[in-house]
Amino acid sequence: MTETEILAELTDVLREAFGDDALTVTPETTAKDVPGWDSIRMVSILIAVEDRFGIKTRSREIDRLRSVGDFVALIRAKQEAA
Amino acid sequence: MGRPQMAWLQRDPAWAARMKAAEQDEGVGWSTLVGLADADLDLLQTERLDRLLRRRFPEPPEGLATRPVRLALLGSSTTTHLQPGIRTGALRRGLFVTTFEPDYGQFQQELLDPASALHRFRPDVVLFAFDARHLAGGLDAAAGEAEAEAALEAALARLAGLWRLARERLGAAVVQQTGLPVLAPLLGSNEHALPGSALALLTRLNDGMRRAAAAEGVALLAVDTQAARDGIGAWHDPVLWHRGKQEISPAAAPLYGDLLARLLAALQGRSAKCLVLDLDNTLWGGVIGDDGVEGIALGQGSALGEAFVAFQDYARSLARRGVILAVCSKNDEANARAPFERHPEMRLALSDIASFVANWNDKPANIRAIAQELNIGLDSLVFVDDNPFERALVRRELPMVAVPELPDEPALYADCVAAAGYFEAIAVTAEDRARGAQYQANRERAALAGAATDLESYLRSLEMRLLWRRFDRIGLARIVQLINKTNQFNLTTRRYDEAEVVRVMEDPRAFGLQLRLLDRFGDNGIIAIVIGRLAEDGDLVIDTWLMSCRVLGRQVEEATLDLVAAEARRLGAARLVGEYRPTERNAMVAGHYEKLGFTPIAVDPGGAARYALDLAAIAPRTSCMTIAEG
Repeated sequence: MTETEILAELTDVLREAFGDDALTVTPETTAKDVPGWDSIRMVSILIAVEDRFGIKTRSREIDRLRSVGDFVALIRAKQEAA
Repeated sequence: MGRPQMAWLQRDPAWAARMKAAEQDEGVGWSTLVGLADADLDLLQTERLDRLLRRRFPEPPEGLATRPVRLALLGSSTTTHLQPGIRTGALRRGLFVTTFEPDYGQFQQELLDPASALHRFRPDVVLFAFDARHLAGGLDAAAGEAEAEAALEAALARLAGLWRLARERLGAAVVQQTGLPVLAPLLGSNEHALPGSALALLTRLNDGMRRAAAAEGVALLAVDTQAARDGIGAWHDPVLWHRGKQEISPAAAPLYGDLLARLLAALQGRSAKCLVLDLDNTLWGGVIGDDGVEGIALGQGSALGEAFVAFQDYARSLARRGVILAVCSKNDEANARAPFERHPEMRLALSDIASFVANWNDKPANIRAIAQELNIGLDSLVFVDDNPFERALVRRELPMVAVPELPDEPALYADCVAAAGYFEAIAVTAEDRARGAQYQANRERAALAGAATDLESYLRSLEMRLLWRRFDRIGLARIVQLINKTNQFNLTTRRYDEAEVVRVMEDPRAFGLQLRLLDRFGDNGIIAIVIGRLAEDGDLVIDTWLMSCRVLGRQVEEATLDLVAAEARRLGAARLVGEYRPTERNAMVAGHYEKLGFTPIAVDPGGAARYALDLAAIAPRTSCMTIAEG
């Protein structure tokens, strides 16, 4: 998948997670920009992402994420390694 | 690790669209939400439905058939993430649940203090959800047997004390979650040989809990046995334990909620009571009306036959513990009963079946009749049928009947029905065990309630496509097979070999049609065959008309007649002549031609009857399916 495709799919997951079909994110978006994106919501998002993209993430990889762009890059790297 | 599946629930591709429509409908009703919950939902879908549920129904809706439940969740680690699954699982069963969680780690103080928020909440049910480390921690691996025994006794005494507090001070029913075996073993298979092993202690504690719970009337939520089926990795993620002290992975939360909701329903006496079974390809392999008692797959050492025996064994065991069994089959009654009377490998006997309904009416009407005859609510029925068409029809007409998504593989039938937990029970009474006997006399069937189901719109919703072709070499083998195998829906039961079918293909005064039916569930394959021949007097005589019983009740007969009429016109005929030749098995089509508007013209002494219909009398009609050559 290209980064654009991953971002589109990730946006779908985020829209579902926040129950907001109008939600748009860019690579620069951070959790602070999205109301309700706390650590508990992040777990739901991670589980959905792992399910949807067929990957498994590690704690330290998640702790390093700073933005949606980092998230997309991580998903892409995981998919390529698989 | 993937989430544990709820394979008995449907996966509806239109779910997101239905959900969105519900979110945009300010007045969305309870039953719509119940319908949305009746699907194999993942975590995000569960949370989304739960948000809508809480927004639309902050309080229980009026006139609910079930008692609203006030559930206190008393855990030793994080349990907040389990709440949406619990409310959604309850919704699936028509239950409204209000949940309460005391502040983190405060449940003991809250239990003791009559002024606490827990007491003010006035729970009906208290769930104790303790993680493995809370239950079995604190033991030194080097501890001896006496020390381990003391730790076990102390832990069990602590639990019994909590159960009593909840019951006596709060007047609540108690549910105790078993310990999830997430701890790493120190020895291995013989872990029990190390008294100081926390995992060994947890295993003993789970055993002790089972004994004590039965004695104290406490219901257990057995996450340990469920995780043994799904794999511990589907239930527990060590990363999430360390991240937020979630012992049960959020991925397992939807199933966890379903397991708990079963108990909440059982506490209200709302578990299902009756298993309604289809026959052909559900209790045995094949079609009894076509294959006969000798031809069905049941036992006989074949893997397929043994799988059906195993499913019958499971149904029989359910009956022994108090579940009522019924049969609902599209068959002639005599055919349907034959295996019960004569097949040596049948595990179920007619005396096990409290209500036996085999006829050609639609299944929703028959299921209503079963509920009426047994005098139980439709919502206490579970309907098991291998045919997705029948399942969809029953779900649509009778949404309160539970209909598991049966797998294609009969070896998995029992697991599927068991995994759904329809018949969840907390204890077994002597009355339950006697129930089988109460129903031993198979009651006289009451006249079927004239159930008005809107069949027309259902048939349209199936998006059926009837594809017709004249006989060809590609279809030859299947055409010959159907001609020689079909017994029930077969007007003349004439058997032809390949050479005879080829002669039809080559005869300019004859036609052979093969019909294929597709619908939104897939391709049903070649389902009907018609052979017609122009007689000297200009009549088009229908030599053969046969159809698979699988597509009965879908107005394929009418569409076929139109195709036959078109062929007759092409050959220059003025009228159609149909023939019915009775056999032991084709009584169901005795009225076939009259139903289609034909007039009887002759009956010979052997019982064969001839019918005629002027081609000019066939009016164009609208059909529930699209008809095309292809």
